[in-house]
Amino acid sequence: MSTIEHRFGRYGGQFVPETLMPALAELEQAWLAAREDPNYRSELEGLLRDFAGRPTPLYRARRLSERMGRPVYLKREDLNHTGSHKLNNALGQALLAKRMGKRRIIAETGAGQHGVATATVCALLGLECVIYMGAEDTRRQRPNVQRMELLGATVQPIDAGARTLKEATSAAIRDWVTNVQSTHYVIGSAVGPAPYPALVRDLQRVIGDEARAQVLKREGRLPSRVIACVGGGSNAIGTFTAFLDDPQVQLIGVEAGGEGINTPRHGAPLTVGGRAGVLHGSLSAIMQDEEGQIIEAHSVSAGLDYPGTGPQHAFLRDSGRARYVAVTDAQALAAFREVTRLEGIIPALETAHALAWTLAQEDGELDLVCLSGRGDKDLAEVLALT
Amino acid sequence: MSDLTITQTGTERLARAFSEHGKRAALMPYMMGGYPTHEESLRIGQACVQAGADIIELGVPYSDPLADGPVIHAAGTKALTAGANIASVLELARALAPDIPVVLMCYANMVLAPGVEAFVDRLARTGACGLIVPDLPLEETEQALAACDAHGIALVPLVAPTTPPERLAQIGSQTRGFLYTVSVVGTTGERAALSERFAEVVAAAKAATHAPVALGFGISTPEQARQAAQAGADGVIVGTRLVRAAGEAQDPAGAVGVLVAELAAGLAL
Ligand SMILES: Cc1ncc(COP(=O)(O)O)c(C=O)c1O
Repeated sequence: MSTIEHRFGRYGGQFVPETLMPALAELEQAWLAAREDPNYRSELEGLLRDFAGRPTPLYRARRLSERMGRPVYLKREDLNHTGSHKLNNALGQALLAKRMGKRRIIAETGAGQHGVATATVCALLGLECVIYMGAEDTRRQRPNVQRMELLGATVQPIDAGARTLKEATSAAIRDWVTNVQSTHYVIGSAVGPAPYPALVRDLQRVIGDEARAQVLKREGRLPSRVIACVGGGSNAIGTFTAFLDDPQVQLIGVEAGGEGINTPRHGAPLTVGGRAGVLHGSLSAIMQDEEGQIIEAHSVSAGLDYPGTGPQHAFLRDSGRARYVAVTDAQALAAFREVTRLEGIIPALETAHALAWTLAQEDGELDLVCLSGRGDKDLAEVLALT
Repeated sequence: MSDLTITQTGTERLARAFSEHGKRAALMPYMMGGYPTHEESLRIGQACVQAGADIIELGVPYSDPLADGPVIHAAGTKALTAGANIASVLELARALAPDIPVVLMCYANMVLAPGVEAFVDRLARTGACGLIVPDLPLEETEQALAACDAHGIALVPLVAPTTPPERLAQIGSQTRGFLYTVSVVGTTGERAALSERFAEVVAAAKAATHAPVALGFGISTPEQARQAAQAGADGVIVGTRLVRAAGEAQDPAGAVGVLVAELAAGLAL
């Protein structure tokens, strides 16, 4: 049987309480078996096609390309069912949980997109579902809270710390420590202890696999750059993976610059650099003080408002294969409005970071941007801020 | 086997604490460094010593304590707000170490931050005996174990009710100081009763190691402490109950002292 990465260079690992170690081993074995099992694969592929609506289109953005004087392609994960790429991972993990005989599902969510995706899959498969969400995020992503509750999930607001994604993730891990025998934790990004970063990557790589074939068919060439926003890094690693062995394709991850990476208020640990650290079970680029206390992140976008990132991204950065940059709140908000007007597509605020970076490049290169999700959830927040 | 020939001061002192306590089991209170304030937490430590504690587990407040329930999490947050940092907690260790063996409980990122070797070196200089890192499982301990062994600090591993037998044996064989045996599947916190399986968990841990076995998580009353000792535990760790008292009482050190004395009485022969 093949293996699954525990480390990416020096990053990754399993920094969790002993109570969880057997569950991580069980999950790893289950995934190794499932991903080679034709029954699992055909069930997942069937649901991705008929339930989620895959493959998602690769759209040559008409007016954006015209404005930029170069082709810009958008991989339309906003058209995936539930409105973001998050469903790809939630479907795969929930099917895996069923195989493992676990009927209670927990998840963390920031923007609410992963929570909605998980609640949706739990409705589909008849599983119990508890979603942890920071109290600040239940406020700024209200429509998604309502969607989750309608879908039958229990949304548990978390009041600790900055009341955002970091605390929601910690709360989900504590639940898992307590209920590990009955519960599967559907982590929402390419973060966490092994095998999660590799598992989530495997489930999200469908984005890049489709996009690579689509752009080749359409343009007869590969893009010059592949661009995605990076919170925990799941849509980015899902998009990048298919292009890792194409050295001519630049991979650009766009982090949350918040109020500026020269201020403490951002969510850009890869861009800023500094000492690696442990957050939520793996060693990676994180925001921390000198003593190793985790620093709260800040971003206008709840899904990027996180002081850590997936370990494979830290590895890709160090190896030089991918480059990480930051876009501020203000730049993202401007891109949100501009793309909405130009293309008739309301992007998620997370995605708007990737779009803002692309909009700022004035060369003739062919860009492929992962349009990771739609922005309906962000309307109230954007209208209040601009 | 070669490691057994190395003299480890921390481990030796811990071994003595387990053999000379004169009770059914060693009494091991947990306290949060810097909670509710730095000065008060020092008094709490001293009260524990006077009330009959045998080993102190000294918690370093951390921003993201994944193994802790709400009470200890909140205490850590409060301690950080009150200005606690690694230097101030190590000061507490230094102040308490002459009177009682101190084992530091610290999350992995704080141990890694200055570099494992530098962290352990600094800890050893306080006179502390041991180190518990609740999010550093067997697979991640190599560096920390080498550094601790070199400095005579016991790197105390944890096992849980979910740990399968083969893994338990592996962890048991590289145990230093004592085997921290988590009695429940869950985070730290008080429970009305000991978990149904606790006797089984203690027996399995005892069979897996030559080191003393200390039971922790969810033990809060003298009755529960006594039951743990009767099941064969060599040490009993009480955390949340004492941290809660430290947060609620007018006189935190006095209140913790009373509780520790009651626990000691519960463990009397
Ligand atoms: C639409 C969208 N894009 C991106 C993200 C960021 O997550 P990741 O970096 O895992 O793709 C989120 C997270 O909530 C999201 O909802």
